[in-house]
Amino acid sequence: MEPIIRHTGVGVPLRASNVDTDQIIPAVYLKRITRTGFEDALFSSWRKDPEFVLNQPAYAQGTVLVAGPDFGTGSSREHAVWALKDYGFRVVVASRFADIFRGNSGKQGLVTAQVAQPDVELIWKELEKEPGAEVQVDLEARTVRCGSVEASFEIDDYTRWRLMEGLDDISLTLTRAEDIEQFEATRPEWKPKTLPARI
Amino acid sequence: MADKPLTMAEKVWREHVVVPGEEKGGQRTPDLLYIDLHLVHEVTSPQAFEGLRLADRPVRRPDLTIATEDHNTPTLEIDKPIADPISRKQVDTLRANAEEFGIRLHSLGDDDQGIVHVVGPQLGLTQPGMTVVCGDSHTSTHGAFGALAMGIGTSEVEHVLATQTLSLKPFKTMAITVEGTLKPGVSSKDIILAVIAKIGTGGGQGYVLEYRGSAIEQLSMDARMTICNMSIEAGARAGMIAPDETTFDYIKGRPHAPQGADWDAAVENWRALRTDAGAEFDAEVVIDADALEPFVTWGTNPGQGVSLSDTVPAPEDFDDPVDRESAERALKYMDLAPGTPMRDIRVDTVFLGSCTNSRMEDLRAAAGIIRGREKDPQVRMIVVPGSQRVRLQAEAEGLDQVFKEFGAEWRFAGCSMCLGMNPDQLQPGERCASTSNRNFEGRQGKGGRTHLVSPVVAAATAVRGTLSAPSDVLSTEPQPA
Repeated sequence: MEPIIRHTGVGVPLRASNVDTDQIIPAVYLKRITRTGFEDALFSSWRKDPEFVLNQPAYAQGTVLVAGPDFGTGSSREHAVWALKDYGFRVVVASRFADIFRGNSGKQGLVTAQVAQPDVELIWKELEKEPGAEVQVDLEARTVRCGSVEASFEIDDYTRWRLMEGLDDISLTLTRAEDIEQFEATRPEWKPKTLPARI
Repeated sequence: MADKPLTMAEKVWREHVVVPGEEKGGQRTPDLLYIDLHLVHEVTSPQAFEGLRLADRPVRRPDLTIATEDHNTPTLEIDKPIADPISRKQVDTLRANAEEFGIRLHSLGDDDQGIVHVVGPQLGLTQPGMTVVCGDSHTSTHGAFGALAMGIGTSEVEHVLATQTLSLKPFKTMAITVEGTLKPGVSSKDIILAVIAKIGTGGGQGYVLEYRGSAIEQLSMDARMTICNMSIEAGARAGMIAPDETTFDYIKGRPHAPQGADWDAAVENWRALRTDAGAEFDAEVVIDADALEPFVTWGTNPGQGVSLSDTVPAPEDFDDPVDRESAERALKYMDLAPGTPMRDIRVDTVFLGSCTNSRMEDLRAAAGIIRGREKDPQVRMIVVPGSQRVRLQAEAEGLDQVFKEFGAEWRFAGCSMCLGMNPDQLQPGERCASTSNRNFEGRQGKGGRTHLVSPVVAAATAVRGTLSAPSDVLSTEPQPA
């Protein structure tokens, strides 16, 4: 996972609350066997509407999604985060996130910046006034900036640290590789092994 | 201070802590636990392997990992390519991943292929005191050996492949004490269905269940696996039974069982796993085995069950408004009228199989009921052994002939009609007596209706065409073969 401390990119105003994971990625895409390549699946129903924000050329290079409250509710599918990341998003700004979605995001390196709703409204206005405007996200200072708007955001210390260090769950565990090796040295000899196969 | 008495689950947990959790901000972070055995199948593993590839990570312990093909595999014409392209792709992907990462795989057609939860114990890889995981909720099956065994999600599968560990928060413990002796025709499936009906499908949430008491001690390993298998249907992450002579006898001599001096060391360790006298459980449930009768579900979750001698309940019978609404919806889906005797319910299909009931004892018990009897001509019966080894053993005992002469279909091993990921599915509106574990809407095929039953109830039902107890058919003389 790549570390992320500061990020600047085109902001995409998504004026919708309760964006659930079925909207982010419909169930039909869950049959795939890959972990990447979900960019076409992101908001696939909504993208059929030519007016949908992601279909407007000014937002095509968007990397910071600015959405309404309760983003990511519904099913626990990790594919929702994969789809956002594959499309190119690095940050989602909203005033409230669903717990499981937020947890999954932290594990996959997607920043969920929790900003007060009045600030979200101000950012929306900036982005709509000047489509294609950039949003600056600073994890270290916990701030989001867009035009004349500067807002602080909430994120828990542990997730923030992991994002800034670029540590996913596996990397984190692998920092304890020595402990794992020491544990393995104490395992009894008679514990079964699958290899070599005995039949 | 003397050591605090511990439950079996706590002992197994303690023996596997690599890095203990820490207090942070008033909360305890998870413990990092070592995993002794990782079982893999084609459905929940592709993205985990892809994740390893993307991060350029190897599988840490291929020698503690084993894979088999089961969910998607056909049970007929297994020598031909899998017809459904999505199923075929998943199976092909597993084969490629096993090859690339050096993992032992038992493919379709191999003598050790079969349902992952049948294959592990049969090879002697499942042993007491181990931690066992698999990307499948019915991993709880392996708890029958006194292992701490649980289902995990795809990210966790990747984590275990890469690190052979898992971050877990400690569980609470619940004792399920079953005292007495089961009547003839009543089996371990009836015990677990009665437990789930009693505590509900969420009753075990946050707990590891420990089944204990004289009725459990009398059960064979096959029967114990049926009970632990369905722990997840009560919402529990795992279920366990203390290892005893029955367990040791089962393991001894299996391909991966400890040998020689190792065997003695292992058994000594296993004997110490039993819950200490005086250990406290966070909750306890008591079941009277003497009073149990064959049990069958009427609804669309495994907790909606009654004795076979009962009638279909009415929504008004439930005090809780949520239960009432759920019953109403279930009765509509199942097309059942309250007050109908369960024995009057006619079925179209009988399915004998799944990781719950597809082992030798299950097949022998069912064959014992149908031998020399005739199948109801309107009923279709499908028998799917849990593994190829079970299939071969059953054939060596002539059970395949008993099933075929009865008019049942004798298939190759796999998950099959338990979840209908392969072609074995119910048609809309079809009703099935099934020895599997979930009676959810559409689980066995879109619009299909499932009644969960034991193997002997399944067999008796195939004879009479309506849900039946073994005693209903044993009162009639079998025809001379």
